[in-house]
Amino acid sequence: MQTNQLILLFSGALLVLGLIAFFMGRAKAAKVRAAGTAMYAQPDQYAWFAALATAGPAVAVGAIGSFALLLMGAEIPTLYLLAGSLVVAAAGMMVAMMQVRPDFHARKAIEKTIRWILASAAMISIFTTFGILFSIITEALRFFQMEGFWDFITGTTWNPGASFLAAAGRAEEGATAAEFGSVPLFAGTFMITLVAMLVAIPVGLMSAIYMSEFAPARVRTIAKPVLEVLAGIPTVVYGFFAAITVAPIIVDIAGAFGLDASFNNALAPGIVMGIMIIPFISSLSDDVINAVPDSMRQGSLALGMTRAETIKDVVVPAALPGIISASLLAMSRALGETMIVVMAAGMRPNLTANPLEDMTTVTVRIVAALTGDQEFASAETLSAFALGLVLFVVTLALNMVSVIMIRRFREKYRSNNL
Amino acid sequence: MRQSFDEISAQLKGRHRKSARLKWMSMGALGLAGLFLVFFFTDMLIKGLPAFQQAQIQVQVDYNEMAQELPLAAVEEEMRPLVSRGYLRLIPGRMEKNPDLLGTTRMEWVLADGQVDQYLKGHHSNLSGSEQSVVDELADNGRAELKFNTTFFTRGDSKMPELAGIASAAMGTVMTLLVTLVVAFPIGVMTAVYLEEFAPDNRFTQIIEININNLAAIPSILFGLLGLAIFINFFGVPRSSPLVGGLTLALMTLPVIIISTRTALRSVPEDIRHAAFGVGCSRWQVVRDHVLPVSMPGIMTGSIIGLAQAMGETAPLIIVGMVAFIPDVSATVTEAATVLPAQIFTWAGEPDRAFTEKTAGGILVLLTILITLNATAVVLRKKFERRW
Repeated sequence: MQTNQLILLFSGALLVLGLIAFFMGRAKAAKVRAAGTAMYAQPDQYAWFAALATAGPAVAVGAIGSFALLLMGAEIPTLYLLAGSLVVAAAGMMVAMMQVRPDFHARKAIEKTIRWILASAAMISIFTTFGILFSIITEALRFFQMEGFWDFITGTTWNPGASFLAAAGRAEEGATAAEFGSVPLFAGTFMITLVAMLVAIPVGLMSAIYMSEFAPARVRTIAKPVLEVLAGIPTVVYGFFAAITVAPIIVDIAGAFGLDASFNNALAPGIVMGIMIIPFISSLSDDVINAVPDSMRQGSLALGMTRAETIKDVVVPAALPGIISASLLAMSRALGETMIVVMAAGMRPNLTANPLEDMTTVTVRIVAALTGDQEFASAETLSAFALGLVLFVVTLALNMVSVIMIRRFREKYRSNNL
Repeated sequence: MRQSFDEISAQLKGRHRKSARLKWMSMGALGLAGLFLVFFFTDMLIKGLPAFQQAQIQVQVDYNEMAQELPLAAVEEEMRPLVSRGYLRLIPGRMEKNPDLLGTTRMEWVLADGQVDQYLKGHHSNLSGSEQSVVDELADNGRAELKFNTTFFTRGDSKMPELAGIASAAMGTVMTLLVTLVVAFPIGVMTAVYLEEFAPDNRFTQIIEININNLAAIPSILFGLLGLAIFINFFGVPRSSPLVGGLTLALMTLPVIIISTRTALRSVPEDIRHAAFGVGCSRWQVVRDHVLPVSMPGIMTGSIIGLAQAMGETAPLIIVGMVAFIPDVSATVTEAATVLPAQIFTWAGEPDRAFTEKTAGGILVLLTILITLNATAVVLRKKFERRW
């Protein structure tokens, strides 16, 4: 509470100082100009410079100080830190006031500062990537110290069961030792992704072919945004739909064939996920097919090929890198999809090739491990980060390949609107 | 090998048939996707619309001394299992607030138990045979009705389905998105401006660009892991709070805003920049006074779409603990809160049939808001779009 008030007070004081600097700077510059001296910049620019010089260093000192406080555990009382920042602000103001002279390029100085501010904003996206990498890798390493890396990659039993006892130093009380073999999770993820791709690629690709090759312009302008709605529906909604509506339908259908299906079968989340990623494939494929030069179509038609033959033997092969790229992107989407599988797929790690059985996925186990009531240092919680690392590496690789393929396509046809 | 004209024309016919088949098949694929959309929305409407109605029954409420201690005593014995326990609990408080009530007896419309609600809607309920006949009789006398469910919009979560509402989740969503907007919008626009208008085309800039494209494709759950490890464990931001949820979503929305802002900036013709430079503007003045105002509609559209995406996101918020049970509407960004999609997730996990209806009702609200947001973005774009 006290810190909050202090920070509020500090911000208020800084604002007042900045305003004072602004108006004093402008007044001084106006006076100099009124005296008939030619200046390099407008009074307003001197004013902005003064305000920046007052607030900038003070905020920087405050931020660096509090970061040091957190990072190195340095014991600087907040009060002193903020007071120090205010002193810096006052000093900045003095310097700025001295700089209000006819031969000072205030505009250039502002320009430089703003360039730095913008560049540091751009750095935040880099920090985010590093943040993700750093947080995942450090915790995953802790996990691999507890459980071997090879056991994790090649083991076929996932049974985190009693790992919390080990974390509490009571390992011998646990009935069975915890096992972290992730193969069943990968199998489940792979199965559900496979089902999703089997739904999404034919439907998405065919829709794209219809929209770009057959449909009249009016249909296209309506169909494209309507398809995009599929991608805009929140995944939690899809999850509910898969669990409540689709799964029972599949159980009924399987029952009609005399098959025994689980209510948490892998088919329901797979199909729904496939529907969700249709627009990812159709949209990008549509763009790519449109980017195939018309001269190729004309050449093919001039040789007497029918429309279907032109599409099948000329257009689609030409657009293939783009289509593959779209499919890879959609696949990486399906691999990392969480809510649909959390709500509709099973929790039980199950190594099977039957999509009617319940299977679990990497993302389900991540959520399960982190929403449990275990302490953070337990092997089960940390296993989430190891699984996250695998997920990160796989999706990154898929995205990279996808980007490279689309770039190749773009260079080949010199299309700039992709 | 020679072919007669008949053979050739037969072959040609076959080829044209194949061509027509491809047309119909591809049309069918598009139709299938459309059909699914229709099926999905109908299903959600059928499941969710009943949630906007709630059973109320008219009972005699006796505000006697005993009811102050034991609220159940306020209604007749026959009615006790039919009235919502959550409603009964409020009776002593009301008597305290309004002492005149003591000793009076009046007929009141009160909230019915969730099971009565389900029974009246024709769903499966756990009411016993005798209870069912009481409800039937009440309904025949016009003393049991389905009325518009205001509770659903004014109250927070509850373990009793008849009292559960989305108000606290809606408030949480608003606060979380505010944090997201305040963080992601300036940083996103600044990054885009830097990359489009200021940055030299060097290695560093290319790395930032590749990095942004990658961030846009990283699974959202990994942002949750980042939020947990960096924001909560390292910086000590309170768990489950809109602050940590908003920050996590901000990092996720950032690439969307950056990419759409860059597209908007790129569509501003060079002539405008050249003209501004020509009259002696500095680069920052060109951007601030000419490029940004002209591209603002595009930037707004992109940001609204990014926010809509963040609004439907659940997975990273589960990881940072925003699936808490929040019965009261909280008002600060550091208190525990939940958001609409997380509320939907929580309700979907409840075994009670009545909660399925609530879940679908919450989904309808969420979808309505999302469609409105996206429609706003489209209208904005249509209205302010300029062709140069």
